[in-house]
Amino acid sequence: MAIVKVLGLETEYGIIIRGSSDPNPIAASSALINAYVAELARRVAWDFEDETPGKDARGFAREGSMPPEVETHLVNAVLTNGARYYVDHAHPEYSTPECANAMDAVRFDKAGERILARSVVAASRILPPGQSIVVLKNNSDGKGNSYGTHENYLMDRSVPFARIVQRVIPHFVSRQVFTGAGKVGTEASSTLGMEVTFQLTQRADFFEEEVGLETTLKRPIVNTRDEPHCDAQKYRRLHVIVGDANLSEVSTFLKVGTTALVLSMIEDDWFSRAGDRDLTLADPVIAMRRVSYDLSLTRALELADGRTMTALDMQWEHLDLARKYAEDRGLESVGGDEIGHEILRRWEHVLGALESDPMSLATTLDWVAKYRVINGYRERHGLSWRDPKLAAMDLQYHDVRPEKSLYERLGMERLLTEESVLAAMSEPPTTTRAYFRGKCLERWGSQVAAANWDSLVFDLGTDPLRRVPMMEPLRGTAAHVDALLQGCESPAELLARLGN
Amino acid sequence: MAEREQIKKQPSRTETETETEEAAPASTEKGDKLKAELDDLLDEIDEVLDENAEEFVRAYVQKGGQ
Repeated sequence: MAIVKVLGLETEYGIIIRGSSDPNPIAASSALINAYVAELARRVAWDFEDETPGKDARGFAREGSMPPEVETHLVNAVLTNGARYYVDHAHPEYSTPECANAMDAVRFDKAGERILARSVVAASRILPPGQSIVVLKNNSDGKGNSYGTHENYLMDRSVPFARIVQRVIPHFVSRQVFTGAGKVGTEASSTLGMEVTFQLTQRADFFEEEVGLETTLKRPIVNTRDEPHCDAQKYRRLHVIVGDANLSEVSTFLKVGTTALVLSMIEDDWFSRAGDRDLTLADPVIAMRRVSYDLSLTRALELADGRTMTALDMQWEHLDLARKYAEDRGLESVGGDEIGHEILRRWEHVLGALESDPMSLATTLDWVAKYRVINGYRERHGLSWRDPKLAAMDLQYHDVRPEKSLYERLGMERLLTEESVLAAMSEPPTTTRAYFRGKCLERWGSQVAAANWDSLVFDLGTDPLRRVPMMEPLRGTAAHVDALLQGCESPAELLARLGN
Repeated sequence: MAEREQIKKQPSRTETETETEEAAPASTEKGDKLKAELDDLLDEIDEVLDENAEEFVRAYVQKGGQ
């Protein structure tokens, strides 16, 4: 049986300082995160009259015994919602806490947008006059530079990696029809002889390999980074770098929901069991762009066995397999019946609408919404697709400031209440180990020396530091630890009761 | 002209979406409604668009991403 697809999203946000003669994105990213963390600390002090800045959130150095990351010296905060908020390369990056289903992933991803928006406001109070920071949740500067939105899925280590590669690539290529965030123009050196005025995705231009370890150059469709952040004997973390940053909640929900289902099917070898429906593409790297460049959604892709199929047909095949899988094996691995059926229902609806009238999804999917408004503007003002105003609208679609965001003007369909998104800025998910991490930080932040995905290290003021390993992503949930945490007055008591 | 629900492979719709089959007059109505919505939106968006859009696009460079 497929294991529960614990999942998370990491987003590198685009950032620029306006009004500076010497803009430095690393400094700007640090200022952004520090301003947010400082504001939280002030609020905690105000709320509780407690002189413990850093109780709610604080910067942590990674513990010495952990494999160091390249950017250890940069700002790295762990928040009480269990997320990580840090400077990665030259970008502010937000990693959601571990989520046990696609709806939680949408919630915590959206909470990240609100955290960035609040950070922009907080930073504006400390920037020199005349300067401002603009933050975009997108994946490209329009000049050939890309930055990633990565998905992570927990998988059973025993599944042969070659099987994952073979079966997941057709999904990654064809899911672009609903995961795309849309982009004016192209940044690829070759457009395959197609005229590209607008394309479905931000990222397709940047993929050059089928499989590999790289993330910054020669990007592969399947990334082989093997760093599970949990029990490496039992689990693998599939690190997916091929997707776009979505603002549409439906796009995010389907991106992670359908992928979690497809990975469950791969784990259970369902593609073979269901009468080997081999969808291997003849040239997946070319197909990535061919799908992204085809606004008509009708161009056929060549399969390795000589057949041809459109991306939509490939998605219908996946949906058909997933329905049978759900009947036969159930939907536990994607979070249970309610969410599983919601994934299937919305998947079907979106494919049907893409087939019959894509513009009917103008308040549902990112690329359709963006295309409709930018093309409408273009037609109204008689502009060429190369007009910089359209490129500016493209960027502004992704602005995290609600008063500037074009996305926010479009009346997009929501899956979540704003209240639940705002709560997720500080409250962790209840059904993964992120709950334990978040609650310990909330209660005893000043005594947490380090917080990693798979451990918490407490500093009780006595030697040595005390580490609590968290090697099981589904342990440390509210059901497991709430009573324990409620019953403890101090981290010392907690550690004693954990037998640590 | 009566509108009828489009059902092919579409089990549900949200209220904000319009759903009609290709009956010509309905289709025009639908097209007009969508166009009116878009016009309102574009009026509004003119006010939101950044004044220095071209300068912003030129200056927006992001190196070192994954």
